[in-house]
Amino acid sequence: MLDALKDELLSQVNAASDLAALEEVRVTALGKKGRITGFMKELGGLSPDERRERGQQLNALKDEIATAIDARKADLARAHLEARLAAERIDVTLPTRPETEGRIHPISQTIDEMVAIFAEMGFSVAEGPDVEDDFHNFTALNFPPGHPARDMHDTFYLPDAGDKKMLLRTHTSPVQVRTMLNKKPPIRIIAPGRTYRSDYDMTHTPMFHQIEGLVIDEATNMGHLKGCLIEFCRAFFDVDDLPLRFRPSFFPFTEPSAEVDIGCSRKGGELKLGNYGDWLEILGCGMVHPNVLEACGIDSTKYQGFAFGMGIERVAMLKYGIPDLRTFFEADLRWLKHYGFVPLDVPSMAQGLTR
Amino acid sequence: MKFTLSWLKDHLETDATLDQIVEKLTALGLEVESVEDRSKELAPFRVAHVVSAEKHPDADKLRVLVVDTGTEKLQVVCGAPNARVGLKGVFAPEGTYVPGSDITLKKGVIRGVESNGMMCSERELKLSEEHNGIIELPDDAPVGVPFAEYAGLGDPVIDISLTPDRADCAGVRGIARDLAAAGLGRLKPLMDGPLNAEPVKGSFPSPLGVSIERPDACPMFVGRTIRGVKNGPSPKWLRDKLTAIGLRPISALVDITNYLTFDSARPLHVFDADKVKGGILVRMGRPGETLKALNGKEYELDGEMTVVADHERAESLAGIVGGEDTGCTDATVNVFVEAALFDPVRTAQTGRRLGAESDARYRFERGVDPAAVVQGMERATRLILEICGGEASELVVAGQEPEWHRTLPLRPGRVASLGGVDLPRDEQVRILMDLGCTIEREDVDGTLRIVPPSWRADIHGEADLVEEVLRVHGFDAIPATPLPRDSVLTRPALSTKQRRVGLAKRTLAVRGLSEAVTWSFMSAPVAELFGGVDAGLKLLNPISADLDVMRPSILGNLIQAAGRNADRGLADIGLFEVGPAFRKPTPDGQDIVAAGIRAGNAVPRHWAVKARGVDAFDAKADALAVLEAAGAPTANLQVTTDAPNWYHPGRSGVLRLGPTVMARFGEIHPLVLDTLGVKGPVVGFEVFLDAIPLPKKKGGTAKPLVQLSPFQPVERDFAFAVGKDVEADKIVRAAKGADKALVKDVAVFDVYQGPGVEEGKKSVAVSVTLQPTDRTLTEEDIEAIGQKIVAAVAKATGGSLRA
Repeated sequence: MLDALKDELLSQVNAASDLAALEEVRVTALGKKGRITGFMKELGGLSPDERRERGQQLNALKDEIATAIDARKADLARAHLEARLAAERIDVTLPTRPETEGRIHPISQTIDEMVAIFAEMGFSVAEGPDVEDDFHNFTALNFPPGHPARDMHDTFYLPDAGDKKMLLRTHTSPVQVRTMLNKKPPIRIIAPGRTYRSDYDMTHTPMFHQIEGLVIDEATNMGHLKGCLIEFCRAFFDVDDLPLRFRPSFFPFTEPSAEVDIGCSRKGGELKLGNYGDWLEILGCGMVHPNVLEACGIDSTKYQGFAFGMGIERVAMLKYGIPDLRTFFEADLRWLKHYGFVPLDVPSMAQGLTR
Repeated sequence: MKFTLSWLKDHLETDATLDQIVEKLTALGLEVESVEDRSKELAPFRVAHVVSAEKHPDADKLRVLVVDTGTEKLQVVCGAPNARVGLKGVFAPEGTYVPGSDITLKKGVIRGVESNGMMCSERELKLSEEHNGIIELPDDAPVGVPFAEYAGLGDPVIDISLTPDRADCAGVRGIARDLAAAGLGRLKPLMDGPLNAEPVKGSFPSPLGVSIERPDACPMFVGRTIRGVKNGPSPKWLRDKLTAIGLRPISALVDITNYLTFDSARPLHVFDADKVKGGILVRMGRPGETLKALNGKEYELDGEMTVVADHERAESLAGIVGGEDTGCTDATVNVFVEAALFDPVRTAQTGRRLGAESDARYRFERGVDPAAVVQGMERATRLILEICGGEASELVVAGQEPEWHRTLPLRPGRVASLGGVDLPRDEQVRILMDLGCTIEREDVDGTLRIVPPSWRADIHGEADLVEEVLRVHGFDAIPATPLPRDSVLTRPALSTKQRRVGLAKRTLAVRGLSEAVTWSFMSAPVAELFGGVDAGLKLLNPISADLDVMRPSILGNLIQAAGRNADRGLADIGLFEVGPAFRKPTPDGQDIVAAGIRAGNAVPRHWAVKARGVDAFDAKADALAVLEAAGAPTANLQVTTDAPNWYHPGRSGVLRLGPTVMARFGEIHPLVLDTLGVKGPVVGFEVFLDAIPLPKKKGGTAKPLVQLSPFQPVERDFAFAVGKDVEADKIVRAAKGADKALVKDVAVFDVYQGPGVEEGKKSVAVSVTLQPTDRTLTEEDIEAIGQKIVAAVAKATGGSLRA
């Protein structure tokens, strides 16, 4: 008889289509007036042996029904949730809420890369004013008055300040002068910054950026200059076997002086950096002229060292394939988005210079 | 500086190939710009003979020629006015690339007549600018021979870029000497042919004398009269030499001076002696004086310019260009030859002031060999006598050879200690002697006492001598040595202030602004919009009126950039720049400013969020983010409303730390935008990075201990009715000050004006966070603190709690 009840109750449980119907089944079976509860109440009238046996059967039935109800309840809840979630569907192809990320200008990124490399070689960054005087820009750097080399600089002049001829620095070399005047050797600095020359065409802008390096101590010679620049160029351009060629040249503030070419190929009108047999000039350098040391209060019989300077836009153009110098200063958002760098791409030697 | 291979070989005995020579020149610091082998480019062009010339049946100005090319007779249509029977010229067959006009010839039919090539002008062959007619060659020109070979153009032309110190290499001889020193051959003595510098004995005293008024401007002047010359075209060897390097042969007398200018960097001048009145006087120009020069220009002279004059007037601009009045012509019979020394600086200044370029100036401003004045005169004399005939006078010498001997020390060890390459003493001596130095003596300690040659005014000290040795030995031979490190670990390369610049940039970029780099200049009218500039910051020689002053603020440039971007369809834009703004023309007169602008929509139209335009709070947020990134104590900043007048007076603010301005922000004034032609709204900010105090590092790197309370924080909202002009910040500060220990945060979450709030007042709702540290707050505690807050706000603002 209990087997029939069990089958009946289980089929009711399984037939319950929602939580309310299921509760009704539960009350019918297990409620105070439920059918199983009813059988339980009748136990008192049985002999102890019968009661024990009947009791066990009823408890087993009760448990089985209760378990079935719980299972059904969970099924119904899951089905209900599934129905709700199905109704909550959104169109995930819609665009996200607007966010913009800006870009870092290639000049800043390039300077950061250079600083990362030179920091490894013990250089620190020095800076100086853009508005300079004739002494710091020329005289202390061994440009004799009237020398044709001054001519080559296309200087922008400002009104004289007293007896000082004021100008916009034509190179970052006056930072060398200011550093040497203020600091005793050993000196190992780089000086990135804005520079100005009165020239505006396809390959010249009236403002551009240079980085200057200066090492002064008692022993640094031209071999160190070569070593330093070879390391730098190979790291910066990310070409391990990049060849460098040092050609004798002339700058008033260095002696001996050299211009440096890096290896490249121009085959098919495409510029490629590497050991391909052709050459491309990228920087000027040399051993600091004794006259410059003396003009900056440094004993040239005891101290010596090297200096170098290069155009930041020029090497950025080479490294990143940017074709036109003038576009650097136009603040064209399309250009900045294309050639700029994501803000968290901070160059470091440990994490990598170039993504 | 251009020269040909054969010209070089006049001075250099060598077996080296062109490639070897070119490579060595660059290695010596005589950077080869180009090597032009015209015989290759001109190979298809041949000497041809015009056999017949008929008028074109269908065009008045064209002729139909039959041209004998040496191998065949071809019909050619030609428009040159001088095309005629019997003419010998230069013919290019179809398929030839014509360098002067950058075209490749095709077989053509011109007005119905077939044309199988072209008779060429000088311009088409890039020989000169001449294009009025086709080239006419002498009657004896051999038909069919390649033109380059006939014209002596089969000689490679080498162009080197000369650094300003190498005056000696402005002549072929100096270049040859460098190559010889570097092991590429032997320098020939000045003995034979056009190199012959043997003195010519004068047979009469020069009728024209020379006097020098200012020895500092002209230390030495050597002159000589040559009478009975016959001027005319130069011989072919001389014309070919000049033509090959792009100089136009003029007449024998002029060509000889040009030849010596390029051969030995020894400019000379030849006056027509019959036109010189009285005698030669080297003096300063006179105010109001003018000179008609041989280049067709007329120059106004002044007292700073050296002139060579006769007793009436200036006859040449010393060291730059001769005068027309005393120039030589084909009719010239008697000449006066000048070989002089002029002050390099004065020559450079004069040339620059007058804008007068010349081959002579190029050499005088670099410095002409002071010991070779007479030698140059003798070579010129010999050439004139040989080519033009005549009879030479004795020399007239005014002034004297300036002292150029100087003795410089060279410790042979210096080549290693400065140059980084160990070179034996004997090789150092060999190099220096090949360059023309003499060894005066050797000290007991091994120091060499070196006298550099007269033509190397650029060698002044030991470093220069080291460079000479290294240069000739080759920079390639210097071993690359790593820079020794003085610490194992890399130390920071940036100071705190420098680091802030990078942090500011990357913070702003993360916030959606893109970094621009704009000119440090702007136009004076734009600068006026941003407070104007000091008179000392106005450029004396601006590149254009747009860029004539140093910028007092970066904003003007960024706003203009926004305008340009808007013109290209990018109206919603954020730009920033971290760079200098200029106050005074002194080293401390420029500030590092992080400035930025936002224009158009801050939130564009979007399906999920409401669009809105940029407002002052966007700019304020940017400014605060930069200050925070740079380490400014942003919690202690005050906001004042006295931003400068390029901001909207009611929608702008200044962030201060005490009296110091850290930043300003707000909407850009609509009149500024109007003037710049930019559509608003545009908001902007300027953060003065240098004004931010440096962190105090007294306690090392440790941060203050943090107190994290285990007790539940409580939030309570208060809405105050206050006067409509009361600044929200006052309420916040008052609420915070009500109980500094307990009130953790006060945030404004609503500002309302309208129905339900009394006229002239506004409602400001704040959420106050209370954070107990020693026990959980009871309702009574909260009630008590609430009353303190209401009282404090009432006291500070006169406001009351809204019912």
